[in-house]
Order: sequence, then C-alpha cells, then structure tokens
Amino acid sequence: MYAFEFKRPKTLSEAVAALGGEDAQALGGGQTLIPTLKQRLAAPATLVSLNGIDEIKGICTDDQGRLCIGGGTTHAAVAKGAGAYPALAALAANIGDPAVRSRGTIGGSVANNDPSACYPSAVLASGATVVTNTRQIAADDFFQGMFTTALEPGEIITEVRFPIPQKANYQKFVQPASRFALVGVFVAKYADGVRVAVTGASSNGVFRWTEAEKALSANFSAKALDGLKASADGLISDIHGSAEYRAHLIKVMTGRAVTAAG
Amino acid sequence: MPKDGIGAATKRREDVRFLTGNGRYTDDINLRGQAYVWFVRSQVAHGKITKLDTSDAAKMPGVIRIFTGDDFAQVGGVPCGWQVTDRHGKPMLEPKHPVLAQGKVRYVGDAIAAVVAETEAQARDAAEALVVDIEELPAVIDMKAAVKAGSPLVHEDIGSNLCYDWGFVEENKAAVDAAFAKADHVTTLELVNNRLVPNAMEPRVAVGDYDFSTDHHTLYTTSQNPHVIRLLMGAFVLGIPEHKLRVVAPDVGGGFGSKIFHYIEEAFVTFAAKQLRRPVKWTAQRSESFITDAHGRDHVTKIELALSKDGTFQAIRTETYANMGAYLSTFAPSVPTWLHGTLMAGNYRTPLIYVNVKAVFTNTVPVDAYRGAGRPEATYQLERVIDKAARELKMDPIALRRKNFVTEFPYQTPVAVVYDTGNYNATMDKLSEMADLAGFEKRRAASAAKGRLRGLGVNCYIEACGIAPSHLVGQLGARAGLYESATVRVNATGNIVVMTGSHSHGQGHETAFPQVVADLIGIPAENVEIVHGDTANTPMGMGTYGSRSLAVGGSALVKATNKIISKAKKIAAHLLEASEEDIELKEGKFSVAGTDKSVDWGSVCLAAYVPHNYPLESLEPGLEETAFYDPSNFTYPAGAYACEVEVDPDTGKVTICSFAAADDFGNIVNPMIVEGQVHGGLGQGIGQALLEGAVYDENGQLLSGSYMDYAMPRADDVPFYKVDHSCQTPCTHNPLGVKGCGEAGAIGSPPAVVNAVIDALQRGGHDVTHIDMPLSPSRVWAAMNQA
Repeated sequence: MYAFEFKRPKTLSEAVAALGGEDAQALGGGQTLIPTLKQRLAAPATLVSLNGIDEIKGICTDDQGRLCIGGGTTHAAVAKGAGAYPALAALAANIGDPAVRSRGTIGGSVANNDPSACYPSAVLASGATVVTNTRQIAADDFFQGMFTTALEPGEIITEVRFPIPQKANYQKFVQPASRFALVGVFVAKYADGVRVAVTGASSNGVFRWTEAEKALSANFSAKALDGLKASADGLISDIHGSAEYRAHLIKVMTGRAVTAAG
Repeated sequence: MPKDGIGAATKRREDVRFLTGNGRYTDDINLRGQAYVWFVRSQVAHGKITKLDTSDAAKMPGVIRIFTGDDFAQVGGVPCGWQVTDRHGKPMLEPKHPVLAQGKVRYVGDAIAAVVAETEAQARDAAEALVVDIEELPAVIDMKAAVKAGSPLVHEDIGSNLCYDWGFVEENKAAVDAAFAKADHVTTLELVNNRLVPNAMEPRVAVGDYDFSTDHHTLYTTSQNPHVIRLLMGAFVLGIPEHKLRVVAPDVGGGFGSKIFHYIEEAFVTFAAKQLRRPVKWTAQRSESFITDAHGRDHVTKIELALSKDGTFQAIRTETYANMGAYLSTFAPSVPTWLHGTLMAGNYRTPLIYVNVKAVFTNTVPVDAYRGAGRPEATYQLERVIDKAARELKMDPIALRRKNFVTEFPYQTPVAVVYDTGNYNATMDKLSEMADLAGFEKRRAASAAKGRLRGLGVNCYIEACGIAPSHLVGQLGARAGLYESATVRVNATGNIVVMTGSHSHGQGHETAFPQVVADLIGIPAENVEIVHGDTANTPMGMGTYGSRSLAVGGSALVKATNKIISKAKKIAAHLLEASEEDIELKEGKFSVAGTDKSVDWGSVCLAAYVPHNYPLESLEPGLEETAFYDPSNFTYPAGAYACEVEVDPDTGKVTICSFAAADDFGNIVNPMIVEGQVHGGLGQGIGQALLEGAVYDENGQLLSGSYMDYAMPRADDVPFYKVDHSCQTPCTHNPLGVKGCGEAGAIGSPPAVVNAVIDALQRGGHDVTHIDMPLSPSRVWAAMNQA
C-alpha cells in the first residue's frame, strides 16, 4: 500500500466535495479496492470513505413499489432486509463470505462492475435504475464493459431502485478458486416480459441473453430454452473453463433459474 | 499405566495457546534496532540482467543498504542435500544456486536484489525505484520440450536441462522389457501429477541477528528442521561454524514439506545482519509465497502394467518426467527417485519393476517435497492403472487388488525396500464394512433418480516413512544422516523436560511425546514438557518430515527414557538396599520384587540431585540422558480408501458424498491426533484431486498465483470422513511399534477420488478412461463431451 490521505465524510455533499480533489478515490466496502491498494496496483492521493454517510444506507419501497437500496448498504443488510425481493436477498446472501458481506456494499459492487460480480446481473435483469448524486441511469445504459460504467469521475451511487418482478431467481456456478461467478444468471419475469442477465462469462461484463428472454417471455419454462444455444463469441476462456464451457453453463444456469423461480 | 499415557486421546496442550492467539511465530519476533528487507524479484521467467542501477533507490528515505549479486560473488550458493546417480553411473547435473542472481534470472520470483531499510514500506518503495533492465530469453516451461536438442538452457554452464536420467532397478530393465513382450495383457496410462503450491497458513519469515561482541549469529526462521538449516547454511553458504550459529524455529504454522528446505532469504538475513550489525527481518507476502516456496509434485508419467489372463501382475514399467524447477531445492532430487521408485510395488506382488525418471530443469519455481513427496506420485499412477486394467479385463477392481496383495512378511520388493509387516486384506475388509460397499448400488440408484452420476473409487496405498536408515540413504546419495535425538532431563522433584530434535509444525509433539515418557515411567503426562526448535538447547536432530517424528524421534525418546529408568533403578536399589535386578518400576513406583518395600519416583529423582544417601562411588549424581536413534528400516503404513462421488452431468461438477479411510499405522499413541493427521492429509489429497493446480503459461508466468485462481479446499468441499485405524500390525523394528501417519491421507486419497469420478462417468455411459487432476468441473465436462 502507498500512503494516502483518508477522509470519512458524514454527508453526501461533503463526499462529493472531497472526491473533487486530485486523484481522489471513493471507498465503499473496500472488498476490491483494499486488496488492490495492498498490491500497490492503485495509488490514490486521497481515499474518501463513503461508510460514514447515513443518507445512502438502508432499504425502502418507493411510491412505484420499487425496492430502493441505498448505495452504502452492505450485502449482509440486503440479505436480511430485501425480503420484498427474495431473489435479490438470496443473491446478496451468497456473495463471498460473511466478512465480505459485512463490509461490501451494493454501490461499490455496481460501480466496480467486476465481470464476475453477482450484483450487476440483478441490476440488469431487473431493469433497475442506478441513482447517483447527479442523475438517474437505466441499467441498460449503466454497464459499459468490464470494470466500466456510465459513472463520471467523482459520481456517487446513492441508490439502486429495483422494480419487483413476479418471479425471479439467480443461479451462480462458482469459479472453484475465487468463488466468484464462473457463470451467474439472473432471470426476472415482469408483466411486460422476461429479462435474463448473465455475469461471469463475458470479457465485456454483464450482458442480457436476448434470445432466451424472447423464448421465456413466450413460455416461462426451462423447456422454452430447448434449441437455444448461447454463443461462445466474446466469452472468457481461462484456466477455469473455456468459452464453450461458459456458453454451455449459461444455458444450464438459465434453465435452473427458471425452474427455481417457479 | 497413567490414564494419559500411550493410547489416550488427550487433547492437544499446544492448542491452548494456538487457539487463544498466544502462539509465538517467527513474525512475532521483533528485535531492537531491526531493519527490514524487501527482495526485488524477477518478473520474467528467463533473462539476462543487463543493467542494475541502485543509485536512485539508495537515496530513498530510510534505505540502509541495497545488496545485489555482486555482494554474494564470494559467498557460497544454497546447497542441494541429495545427489542422485543416473542410469549410467554419472552424478546428476548440479547447477549453482546463488543467494542473489549472478547476471541471470531463471524464474518469476528469482531474487535480483535486496533492499534493507528502516521500515518494510520504505524498503518496498526503494525497491520500486531500483533500475533493472533484463534482456528476456525464451523460457523453458514444458519438460519434454526442455530435454529436446536445441532447447534454451536454464543453466548454460551445465550444458543440459536434464538433471539426471535415472533407472531403477537398471539391472532389471531387460527382464522387464521381456516380460512385457510376452504378457497376456498390457494396460497403459499416461497421466500428469499436478503441480501444487504448498500454502502453509503461516508464510515464511526469517530474522537474522548478529552479536559483534561474541561473533554470534542467530537466525529465527519458519523451519521444520532448524538443525538442518544450521548445518547447510553455516557449512555451505556463509561459512559460519556451528558454535557461532544458532537457529531458532519457534511455533511454525504448517509446512507440508515447504519449510524443510534452506532458502536464500534465510542466508540473506543472516549475512546482512552481520554486514549491517543490525537485525534484519523478512516476512513473505502471500503472493511472494506462491512464487518462492518450493512447489510440489509436477510429474508427467507413462505407466504400463503387464498382467496374465487371470489378472496376476507380471511387470510394471514407468517413464516419468519430474520437474525440478529452475534450481535444485534441498531435497528435490530424492523425491522422484528414492521416495517414488521404491514405492512402485505398492501393496502388490509384482516380480519385475523398472522405473525411469528424467529430472528436468525449467524456468519455474523449484519443486521439492510436499506432503507425501514421491509416494503420492507412485500411488496415484499405480492405483489408477490397476483400476484401468480391471476395467479392461472386466474384473472387479477390489478382487484384482486382493488377488495380487502381498500377504507374507517380511516382503522383499523388487524395488529395494523390505516391508516389515502389514495386512492388506484386513484393511480392505475393514474398508468394505466402513464404506458399506455392498450398499453402493442402492445409493447409485438414488443418485440417478436425482439426475446425478454416482461412482465408487477404491484403492490401496503403502508408503515408506519414518525416514530413514542413515546407512541406506547414504548409499542412495543423501548428504545427511536421518537419525533423531532426545535428551530427557529429569528435574529434582521428578518432573521432566524433554529436548527433542524433532520439531512440530502442527503435529502435536507437545502432547504426544509426553504421553510416551509418562507411560514408560508411570507418571502423569502433565509432568513432562517438550522443548524443541532451538539449536541452542536441543540435541542435533533432523527435524520433522517424512512422517518421522514419532517413529524416529519417538524412538530416540524411548531410548533416552529407558536410560533414565535404568539409572533410576540403580538409585532405587541403593535406597531400598536391594539388588538392582530385583527392582521393578510400576506406576511411578520402584519396588523390590516379592516384598512390600518401595520408593516413589519423586524420591529417587530427589536423591539423584541431593545425593546425601547415594552410591557416589559407582554412580554420577543427576538424572539426564541423551539418546540418538537411527532406524534400521522405514516404516510401512498402508491402507485402503474408498470415495463415493456424484457428478452433475450438466456442469461436470464433482461432489464427494463420502470418504472412508482404513489405515494401518501400527500402534497408536494418541488416536485423536492420528485422526486429525488423516483428516488433514485427506483434505490435501482431495484438494489435489479436485481443486489445486499451479499453472504456468508458455512464458513462465504463474497463472494461478493467488487464491483468486489457485483453488484451496474449503470445509464444504470435503465430506465428513470415516476414518479407522483399528487394523494394527505394529512396526517390527522400532520400540513403539509405530508407523508414520502424517502423509498417508495425502498419499492415498487422490486415486480414490479420480477412480470414483471415472467410475461415475463409465456407469453413466461415458467412455472416459482418464482425466488429469484437478478434476475441475470444466475438465470433467470437457471429457464427457469429447468421449
């Protein structure tokens, strides 16, 4: 770790001001950033912890019935408090280990957009809205490739708003070492159709499997996937599995998610 | 017999401090005025150092001194402790292994320079400011390519990447070939024994200290064998006589072999402490452990088994490429040879065996002993090829094994060693009962109903441990003896301190060793304590590895305790005014046979130290004895293991449903510790079979260089084990009748897991005969979908 200034603002406006400084970096739960700093792979001048900002923590329901989760809410808190959206609560309950869940935040995970993280699949499959200190961003516009999002420098995720689906489920097939998703599939069925988001598989990060969405929108059953095949193009190939294996798993996990969603 | 003597499952007394955070590990040692070293390591696998400029780095805050290869030009290299002689009678090629690189780097992690500063962060900052230019050379990673003509050389000065080409038993080669030529059936299997990273929970640490007033050096280090480090580093690297060099290994948090070896970091901190007249400390980062701790396994093998029509084993022939990495680690040459070739008979009567091993240098981390060391490699290939042969001959794999079991002992194998005792049918019988082998079909049907493929894998293992008879290993090229030592010091009030040359890195010596002494004398085990890990106050010992602590160290302990008892009887005879021959020791009391006269242990001990009424004319006062024990043979633990798995045909994921282990460890001193050792070994074996694998790319970068990519077994990857050690054929040649138990689980379990997965796939209609470890979901799926 290199030396850095550390700030822990109490309000969003103080945090925004602090992040305006040169080489300032926001710190959520630190489950990715702290290991990166320890390996000296990043050298921010100032680390601005968002952990002291109460106004971006917590879970509520808005007047459109959406589940609104503050950006600073930990995975453990979501696992416990997102009962209105059980598939989301279950996803949060299975991220990492208890230490990760007690520190890591939804805002941090979504902003980081790790291609193997769980949360981006829920955000995308739910057609959620990412709310920041300056604007609202639709999930389809938010994720822009591996570790890349629509966020501007210094922009803070204050809330993620999830429309609650009729049915949903997340299936994660873990990479044996890291236990991140080798392939994770989030399926959400809404009145106007089914959305399927895939994480872990693509070097471009989370994406929607539109063929499956179409088939499942017509018939929400694992059988509807018969005859479909996820493309291996652009999928990750590494020591844990080939692109073809990941493509195969996308279909298997999608089918399992549909079946589990009921 | 005290209730906490031999055979008692007493809780481990050392756990009180380990579980309450009161252990004292090397990193807990911080000396006054201590400086810190950060090693600059090569990021390329092979290259020439064309420029090494320390001038800017030397001006960085806190920097005390920067050392480079030039500082070690006149210093010895790290030695190899074992010389193997090849098929043609020539000694192995033995390259120099400098403390810091001399103009060339040979693996990612090779140390180029060492920055010593006031703090670790300052040392690291300065290390980043060091200017190192390296002209990259083609890396040699694949072993078979490395020995082809025209391959780049890891060491130009030795002229070849082939360290040795070993044949065993070379004289049998023609007879073995002839047996294959006329065999009814030959089963052939090519396989890889995957490279492993040892991953001790405690990373390596070394602290060097120097007292200029006495010219005394002290090295605190994470070691399984401090005396060996003192000998190797003092005599071969730094030229420090033993009376001026103390090596201390305090609590050690696991080693699995990786802390046997003498590493350059130990030599560096000892050297630098004198140069700087300040203590110098190094603590490995976890990512540094991945690229500097000696790796394990990494064999590529072709094994052939010749059988008669009725399944009688006729001959075995193997060809193995064994990776040495970039340099010879301390015991590396012995692992694929004497710890591997000698075990190729397994539990079976195979009259003719020929083992060929080509040890190869590559641009990778040095490879050396890792839990089992050679024996897992032997067991894996043998037990896999037997399973394959059974399938080819349509024979039951257990029946085929039983048919060929060694049943009469002692048994002279065709690969040098003599098994003193064993009963392989007994452990197989026990296993069948424990694992309910008869009920497998029912369980398979239940799995099938869930859409899962269930398989059963059974195998045997034998290992040679309790290393080792010195006269024998000397003939085989060992540059050290392999005895063990103990000093038993009885205090005036009868309690006992034992100084032992063994050194626990997690095995529970502080509990088990007192059980032995207490049992022999008949006093409570709590009255006995162990001192170990410090060359200043323990007799010369060879340390802990090769499942040798109880079999060899424990035997030394018995010898020393018997000397104590013998002397104590003389004292008792004097006190009781009886003849020494009439004195009996029972439950801590000396009595005169056939009378009611007796004197207790404490009174005898007190008399030895307050010799007012004492036979001073014939007996020295005091009660302290030392013994060395050199075994006359290895011990041969053996057993039978069964694993049941379910394979998810949609994903290739393997789940272990059950694992049963029936082991014969001879007599047992502490069954709870033995059970724990087996559990640990099974966990590591299952880890090797399903999860672990060190993978290099073609440029020599370690792709699995962190826990993000190197899969360690977690609690939910392993089942609740069924273990049993009630089948006991006591070792015939050591006084406790014990065999080693530390490595058995890691040796015996990988073939059980792989056999089970292949069985599941075969029963599921997939014609898959082999998958290389680790059997990750993607590999299993790929095999299912190619066949």
